[in-house]
Amino acid sequence: MSAVWVIVIAVGAGTMAMKALGPVLLGGRPLPRRLAGPLRLLAPSLLAALVVTNVFASGRDLVLDARALGLAAAVLALALRAPLLVAVAVAAAVTALARAVA
Amino acid sequence: MPFALVVGVFGVAFGVLARSAGMGWAAPIAMSATTFAGSSQFAAASVLDAGGAASAAIAAALLLNARYVPIAVSTASTFRGGRLRRFLEAQLVVDESWALSRRPDGSHDRTILLGSGLVLGLAWVGGTVIGSLGSHALGNPDRFGLDAAFPALFLALLWRQVRSRREVAAAAAGAAIALALVPFTPPGVPIVAAAAACLIGLER
Repeated sequence: MSAVWVIVIAVGAGTMAMKALGPVLLGGRPLPRRLAGPLRLLAPSLLAALVVTNVFASGRDLVLDARALGLAAAVLALALRAPLLVAVAVAAAVTALARAVA
Repeated sequence: MPFALVVGVFGVAFGVLARSAGMGWAAPIAMSATTFAGSSQFAAASVLDAGGAASAAIAAALLLNARYVPIAVSTASTFRGGRLRRFLEAQLVVDESWALSRRPDGSHDRTILLGSGLVLGLAWVGGTVIGSLGSHALGNPDRFGLDAAFPALFLALLWRQVRSRREVAAAAAGAAIALALVPFTPPGVPIVAAAAACLIGLER
């Protein structure tokens, strides 16, 4: 079996197991109250981390490149109450444009 | 459903990247159908593309997906039926379906979660099929700024979610933790570590 298929199977099985862990073990029972507060804040914590690592990281280096301009454009679009898809398209277009010019 | 379009485009991008990383055409499609978590698949493919080991690709992808343990826990009360059905329904949890279905009180809308998860899954796999089979026609997806579209999507989701001061604090802390760790840890670890920012929600 090639390395590629080892990756596909290992990552697939691992991810499916991690997604199912809570729902299968907890069943329909509500979560302990103590966990509810932190869980509510998981979304903002992780989303913010996904944003900054996808924009400012290149491997282990912190970088400032065309993606940052795209993100700034998306912030502006969202501040102007643009719909989600418009903000995403603006970010992609500005980044592509900055690369074409550079 | 604009998300499905975006996800479909990302599916195409993944297919193209995976093909150029030497994954062939069938493996990327199988991966999209089973793993169904875009950022981890991009991570695995880019590790391979950079000449990294299979073990590094697996570790990066699984670390990125470790967030699905707490994410799926937060949706656990949404699922119904026996263990097998719960197992299968839980596979439809992805960042986007989770964020879309979240109610202001922190619970999740079952119809939106499963429905959007299914649509997103079909778009993701369909996009991957197009990308991996038609990659020669497209060229480098970064040329179109696709790598900036990904964070912009997460930013837009974040924008909708942040209401209270605590949520703003959690987002700021998560971003700070992630950025601080980037130079010192393998890709993927900063995102998992940022989950610790949610601990400021602990009730005394």
